[in-house]
Amino acid sequence: MRVGVISFPGSNCDDDTLNALAALGVEGVPLWYQQTELPPVDRLILPGGFSYGDYLRSGALAAQAPIMASVEQAIATQAMPVLGICNGFQILCERGLLPGALRPNVSGEFLCTWETLRVVSVPQGFVGLKTGDLLRMPIAHHEGAFAVEPGFLSTLFDQGQVFLQYSDPDGQVHALTNPNGSVANIAGISQGSVTGLMPHPERAMAQYLGSVDGRRFLKAWLGEEDQ
Amino acid sequence: MTFDLIVNVAWKEEILDPAGQSTTKVLQQMGYAVDNVRIGKQIRLQVEAQDQDRALEAGREMAKRLLANPVMETYTVQVVEA
Repeated sequence: MRVGVISFPGSNCDDDTLNALAALGVEGVPLWYQQTELPPVDRLILPGGFSYGDYLRSGALAAQAPIMASVEQAIATQAMPVLGICNGFQILCERGLLPGALRPNVSGEFLCTWETLRVVSVPQGFVGLKTGDLLRMPIAHHEGAFAVEPGFLSTLFDQGQVFLQYSDPDGQVHALTNPNGSVANIAGISQGSVTGLMPHPERAMAQYLGSVDGRRFLKAWLGEEDQ
Repeated sequence: MTFDLIVNVAWKEEILDPAGQSTTKVLQQMGYAVDNVRIGKQIRLQVEAQDQDRALEAGREMAKRLLANPVMETYTVQVVEA
């Protein structure tokens, strides 16, 4: 298994993501945004960070980077599994590979907190996760409030595209457990082989970091049962 | 010909604007009878085009494809008279 990790100018979670893959015994392949062709890889991760300094809108400029045409093509022709974490999620939305958009947190503040995420619908290809499972992972963002066009929210739920919701530790989803003002507490969504989430699984890889649920999450995405 | 364009990008009405809300509060603290401040972006660009209509068309295409996000923003494009 070879997983490409794409660095854009301003990505800052690329090394952490490569380390997380190494910890799972998976070969990570560093990729550069100027590449126009993908090397042989089985999966792709767009890591977190602040590509292009978040200029214009978070992820908007990176969404037009040369490598993104190849990413789009790999999704269309090979159903390439692609995971966008935080800024990577923003890039996938801006490219139109995931529905919706990420707008500024309602508090106006950068949020750096631990959150409980409830699995709503398990995306294509994930193994060992089921509806109602809870994952503890950190968020770190300023533009993380998920938004959709009016009338589109029920479609997202009906089509099973809502992946994660911010919940309380018991899995209850309500306004008080919504850290950033996301519509319906949405923290992650999927579309076909493409998945995006604001929380950072690569920062929850060991108990001494606060949680091992990121390890469980990445293994699920990689299609491996967690022991 | 070269045309100067102004692209104005604004949040859609239903999108909350935390920066605008904070600015509203500070303006109120300063004593102004003000409400509903909404902060957008103004983007100026120079476009090479055969005529004004095509310049506007190019501006609208750029706004749609990159400068604004149609999920949460609206935009207007105008030509600046020299």
